[in-house]
Amino acid sequence: MTQIVAEHAQQFAAPAEHSAPTSPSPEIAVKADHLYKVFGRRPHDIVKKLEGGASREDLAHLGTAAVIDASFEVQRGEIFVVMGLSGSGKSTLIRMLNGLLEATSGTVTVGDTRITGLPAAKLRDVRRRSVSMVFQHFALLPHRSVIDNVAYGLEIQGMPRVERLAKARTIIRLVGLDGWADSMPSELSGGMQQRVGLGRALAADTDVLLMDEAFSALDPLIRREMQEQLIELQAELGKTIIFITHDLNEAMFLGDRIAVMRDGRIVQIGTPEDILTDPANDYVAQFVQDVDRARVLTAGSVMEPVRSMVTVNSGPRAALRTMRDLQTSATFVVGRDLGFVGVVRDRDVLKQVKANHPDLRPIIKEATAVSTDTALVDLVEPAVESDLPIAVVDARNRLLGVIPRVTLLAALGNVTTTTGELPITEPPSTISLSVITETLRETASEGAQL
Amino acid sequence: MNDFRIPLGSWADDFIAFITDNFSFLFDFVRTIFNGAYEFVDLVLASPPFWVIVLVAGALGLMVRGWKFAVGAVVGLIVIVGVDQWQNAMDSLALVLVASVLAILVSIPLGILAAKSDLASKIIRPILDFMQTMPAFVYLIPALILFRVGVVPGIEATIIFAMAPGVRLTELGIRSVDREVVEAGEAFGASPARILRQIQLPLAMPTVMAGINQVIMLSLSMVVIAGMVGAGGLGQQVVASLSRIDVSLGFEAGLAVVILAIFLDRMTASLGTGSTPIGRLLAARKHRRQSAAAAAESAISAPVADLKTPQPA
Ligand SMILES: Nc1ncnc2c1ncn2[C@@H]1O[C@H](COP(=O)(O)OP(=O)(O)O)[C@@H](O)[C@H]1O
Ligand SMILES: [Mg+2]
Repeated sequence: MTQIVAEHAQQFAAPAEHSAPTSPSPEIAVKADHLYKVFGRRPHDIVKKLEGGASREDLAHLGTAAVIDASFEVQRGEIFVVMGLSGSGKSTLIRMLNGLLEATSGTVTVGDTRITGLPAAKLRDVRRRSVSMVFQHFALLPHRSVIDNVAYGLEIQGMPRVERLAKARTIIRLVGLDGWADSMPSELSGGMQQRVGLGRALAADTDVLLMDEAFSALDPLIRREMQEQLIELQAELGKTIIFITHDLNEAMFLGDRIAVMRDGRIVQIGTPEDILTDPANDYVAQFVQDVDRARVLTAGSVMEPVRSMVTVNSGPRAALRTMRDLQTSATFVVGRDLGFVGVVRDRDVLKQVKANHPDLRPIIKEATAVSTDTALVDLVEPAVESDLPIAVVDARNRLLGVIPRVTLLAALGNVTTTTGELPITEPPSTISLSVITETLRETASEGAQL
Repeated sequence: MNDFRIPLGSWADDFIAFITDNFSFLFDFVRTIFNGAYEFVDLVLASPPFWVIVLVAGALGLMVRGWKFAVGAVVGLIVIVGVDQWQNAMDSLALVLVASVLAILVSIPLGILAAKSDLASKIIRPILDFMQTMPAFVYLIPALILFRVGVVPGIEATIIFAMAPGVRLTELGIRSVDREVVEAGEAFGASPARILRQIQLPLAMPTVMAGINQVIMLSLSMVVIAGMVGAGGLGQQVVASLSRIDVSLGFEAGLAVVILAIFLDRMTASLGTGSTPIGRLLAARKHRRQSAAAAAESAISAPVADLKTPQPA
């Protein structure tokens, strides 16, 4: 019987071996291809049943399918977050990536080394050179000082003592533990201990960093600080980071891309905004319900098309007409190249038209303009200070869209703004229609046609 | 009905006879070694004047636990001299030391094996149960056949009887090392042997030392029994007092056993916690040495470091 199982396993492995490229593109740091991990007496049988469409629950009496058919590619220099509730298989998945757990089926490739089926000694070599790890409960060596902990990976790599301690010292500075080198881990607070854990992984100087709930044991303030520091370090050192968390806010904050896991399966992979604005199914939608949207959503993802806009050269009359047609009391002004200039108010424009002044420029007021990647949390203050919509501009200062207050509130509250009624105009006009029309008619003879 | 009889006993007998016939050279060899070891240790302990040993014991006590314990140890040993059991006590101590060292040498590797392999653990565990609960006298019988009368059967029986806690606590100590810390070793590419040496054994050390303490205490309790097979020492005195119903001799020999027991127990117990005066002294020295080395190192290697790692802005 065992023999048959083994043969089946080979049959499964065979086609995968031919179809999967032996070395992925150099841009891909880690690749998982149809990974399965089953704990149980006959794991390969269970994988076969899963591939045949059986559900995890149906097979629960035979064993635990901890990871089911996981495939993804992690780009070099990316922070790839794996998120899911406790027990969804995240730890099992990440432990297959450095071979701490052997995949029941499927392959893992790190850099250009396929680690699935690698002999133990070779596998250790991959761990020394290419993948290091940060643990949830720090997993420091309690009988060694901070510096010896940080130097541990280098020691295993075989670096001479003086050299590795020197390198560890620079890393200790890098993670902000200056002056603690000779302390024992037990003398440090949780946050500091995890800095040692992070330092140990960074010192090993591997391309890939695996972090299994690395910040979950820290209290919220320290946690935030560590998250911010991790992003800084990543920007500085360009590591590929695979970060596991059960906390959606953490995932959204850190992740370039997020894989959402549920009951062993990856149910969606996408950018934080993809996942928030376009959840693949109800599970993800429910999961993202209570995320701190203000920190995740960006101006670019919620902005609306600019409706009320005039060019600088079009003059006060055109501006007034636009405002009348849209029944708003202000309009954005852009230059020839669509570069954002500012905003004009209907009262000022009306005066200008009455005075028969052909130029808009003197009455243009400053308005808040933000870039597309500004988090909504940073839009709240300008939205409070002014009733004007916030302008969203691109890197070349071109006006891309606007965020009226209503839109901002709707995005924060996760309600849809398109109710099917009249579009929201903000701010509403303050001068009656007839006054504007009258003024335009009175001044029509002196120039432009109505 | 009464004919039903499982001849387990005669099988055991046949087994021992088989071993005696075929492996006697092996037992002769073992006997020579054990005997030599015992003779040597006994020579060291019993030939100098008693006050030399008393002073050495006092000094050890001072290093390991402090002056109160040292004074207690000196007084206790002088009491042994006072009841005229010094020579016997040193004979017994030699027996205990030899048997304990051998038991530890066997039990720690077995404990490591049991910790690393579930299969080995499943096999070893019932054997240990058997060894520990079988009345200790029973070991003396084959031991007598294999090694003849003298200290060697005593040592052999003591090793078998005293080994179990050494194995058990070594296994327990290694198995209860934080799984994540061991995983950290694996994740950074350390080999299993290196993880054992640098992570598991150091962290299991308090538990392993508790096992060693147990081994020594069990050895001492076995000494009295070993007296029955001519191992001499305090055990022989106790056996003699039993056969003569000699209360005073029994009390004096028994008291000497108790004093030795307390001395050995306190000594080994405090080694396990690592908080001994000598331990603190060593730690302080190590720390000084390390800081000095670190200072020297950062002075010479700063340029190297700058080349190696991009510095934060
Ligand atoms: N060594 C193991 N043996 C049996 N089942 C396991 C083992 N490790 C994990 N599991 C099971 O696999 C599932 C996924 O566990 P895990 O990967 O730790 O989830 P997570 O990290 O997302 O909380 C759980 O149901 C867990 O009980
Ligand atoms: Mg986990």
